[in-house]
Amino acid sequence: MTKYLDEYRDKKVCLELLEKVKEISTKPLRIMEVCGGHTMAIRKNGIQKLVGGNIKLISGPGCPVCVTAIEDIDKIVSLAGFKNVSICTFGDMMYVPGTSSSLSKISAAGGDVRIVYSVLDVLEFARSEKAKHFVFISIGFETTAPTEAAAIIQADRENLDNFSVIALNKTMPQALKAVLQDKNSKIDALICPGHVSAITGTDMYKSIVEDLGVSCCVSGFEPVDLLGSIYKLTELKEENKTALINAYKRAVCPEGNKKAQEIIYEVFEEGDTNWRGIGVIQKSGLKIKEKYKKFDAERRFDIKPEKSIETTECICGDILRGAKTPRDCALFKRVCTPTNPKGACMVSSEGTCSAWYKYGE
Amino acid sequence: MNSTDKITIAHGSGGKITNALIRDVFFKHLNNSILLEADDSAIIDVETKRLAFTTDSFVVKPIFFPGGDIGKIAACGTINDLAVSGASPKYITCGFIIEEGFSLTRLEKIVISLAGVVKKSGVKVVSGDIKVVGKGQTDGIFINTSGIGTMPQGKNFGVDKIKPGDKVIISGTVGDHEIAILSKRKGLEFESEIESDCAPLNKMLEEVVKSSSGVRFMRDPTRGGLATTLNEIVQNKNFGILIEEEKIPISKQVKGACELLGLDPLYLANEGKAIIIVSPEDEQKVLSVLKKNEYGKNAASIGEITTAHPNKVCLKTLLGITRIVDMLTAEQLPRIC
Amino acid sequence: MCWSIPGKIISICGNMAKVEISGVHKDVGLDLIDDSAIGEYVLVHAGYVIQKVNEESAKFTIDFFKKRGTKEL
Repeated sequence: MTKYLDEYRDKKVCLELLEKVKEISTKPLRIMEVCGGHTMAIRKNGIQKLVGGNIKLISGPGCPVCVTAIEDIDKIVSLAGFKNVSICTFGDMMYVPGTSSSLSKISAAGGDVRIVYSVLDVLEFARSEKAKHFVFISIGFETTAPTEAAAIIQADRENLDNFSVIALNKTMPQALKAVLQDKNSKIDALICPGHVSAITGTDMYKSIVEDLGVSCCVSGFEPVDLLGSIYKLTELKEENKTALINAYKRAVCPEGNKKAQEIIYEVFEEGDTNWRGIGVIQKSGLKIKEKYKKFDAERRFDIKPEKSIETTECICGDILRGAKTPRDCALFKRVCTPTNPKGACMVSSEGTCSAWYKYGE
Repeated sequence: MNSTDKITIAHGSGGKITNALIRDVFFKHLNNSILLEADDSAIIDVETKRLAFTTDSFVVKPIFFPGGDIGKIAACGTINDLAVSGASPKYITCGFIIEEGFSLTRLEKIVISLAGVVKKSGVKVVSGDIKVVGKGQTDGIFINTSGIGTMPQGKNFGVDKIKPGDKVIISGTVGDHEIAILSKRKGLEFESEIESDCAPLNKMLEEVVKSSSGVRFMRDPTRGGLATTLNEIVQNKNFGILIEEEKIPISKQVKGACELLGLDPLYLANEGKAIIIVSPEDEQKVLSVLKKNEYGKNAASIGEITTAHPNKVCLKTLLGITRIVDMLTAEQLPRIC
Repeated sequence: MCWSIPGKIISICGNMAKVEISGVHKDVGLDLIDDSAIGEYVLVHAGYVIQKVNEESAKFTIDFFKKRGTKEL
């Protein structure tokens, strides 16, 4: 048995929780699962079908690949064209379409694109292949940002000259507020991202509960976690209460991982950033500080990307805000498919459209 | 040959150096009377009118991986394609494209692996070819194998023989091969005891077919994994397949690797497994035959043919809900999201 | 959005640890946590340990979900 995983996949516990949810649920309840990982876990297990007609589960903007602006993809494509530059990326980014190209197309054309499990692998390439410059695509939210920050600190310590990062990281709090304040979203409660919260802690959700009147439940990713969180949110709704609940205490505490937070803000500072389909959200991005500018690929290289053009019929933005579903999109399944994606929500391994296509509605 | 010897362009020139390579490496390990004739074509006799004929090319990276190498997989791949078609594999050919500078020692290791499979499976390599290309023009070594097998009389397999209610059996655990490969790939490495399941299945499947007249169809779930192969079977058909998540055999370590890298084992390549679709009456008989074989110890019945969702593969999840299992779109990549 | 998995630290060398996940071993960075120890369960993400598993809370949570008897989670 895999400890801290298998017991949260216990079929008997899941079915009992499900029964209890259906027993107490009488009021309509729109729950947004913020995190793409939660979307995938919910749909993979069919939870959205099982919870019954009153509860609607809506996918949110917590998919770092989905929300990477097309301009940023075009910058990466442009970077790949520099001589002796190797682009290193998590697998998630390989097929994301830019205006006219993608990393997979660059690789097919002979570009040096390498898939890595960790930014640590990129440091290893940089140490052993001095003739090349390794640019790492730094995506992710607060879970991944400290890993990328730690790698920059390490590179600085070692004086690694042939390593830099294109910083595309984003942070959750402002984006959540933007989504919840969108009149079209109509969200009653949030399932909050478990691993972001492991880093940030739970305090950042207090203002959402207190000022916006939206209940928040921090959840793990296994079926017991998700069903337990849905049960708690349903209970609150039925009692006309709002609250902040931490249902992932095995990984999340109120103050989070302070050391990881310090490392993030040693290297990065907050900035305004463009979320694909949503627009610019203030103080929602992480940019590399002046102190570490030599590791900032945008400052190391004179990047001149092509003019970015988004597919106008793509409604990923509305989907990411929870205002629409893939069913509302004229392109979904007809034109936009995993083999011919028009937007990031279809390409990303945890994008809403990808989940709907792969697992059904 | 010593350990520093490398392949040069001369090895592919067709002259004395090529002949010496063929003699000292290929003929040494693959010798049989037909091959040693070294004619432009192998002249062979076959006892049946109907033959199965297949070809495949192998470009695996890394070339040597836990449980095998490109030579082993090149032989197994073609032998298994013949075996799952119901044929008795008899003869294969091997074409090698080798990069200048490739180590001769490594080449011989690869040929020894290939020869080992060929011997175990009772097949003969009857013809071959070697080409050498310049540095950087290939990734070390590529191999193509083509194979012929005889089709037994009175046995009729085919996707058109599949009926609703038929059972779907997998001959063992899924995902081992691709995880073994990934464990050694730069940028993704991790330590495990997982080995490729690469193996010749012809003798096992011959036993299965001999034991049961209810075998409808067989296929090996290679690239794209179990999910993709099942989808290929139902494509444009008036039946679908329902499989059960809890019944799919996956080893603990493969599960662990999938958890680490964010991969779905249903889409991982296998090189020593067969999907067997069989009548419900013969399900237990086939399972029993498989489990007696070294390559079928973990065989399991995982689902059945249904008219409920034609043209689709569905999975009954842990929680009892049924959801679609689509074909793999592009390469499944490790993810952090 | 953040694929992370629990594993057990089986050895430590400087700022790297070997973590075991169902028999698979991976070397990961310890830069993001303090005072790690062999035998501890941790969460691994993108090659780093991002948090320790609170084993007491884990037990409490699963018991809660099994019983659903207590109001407080």
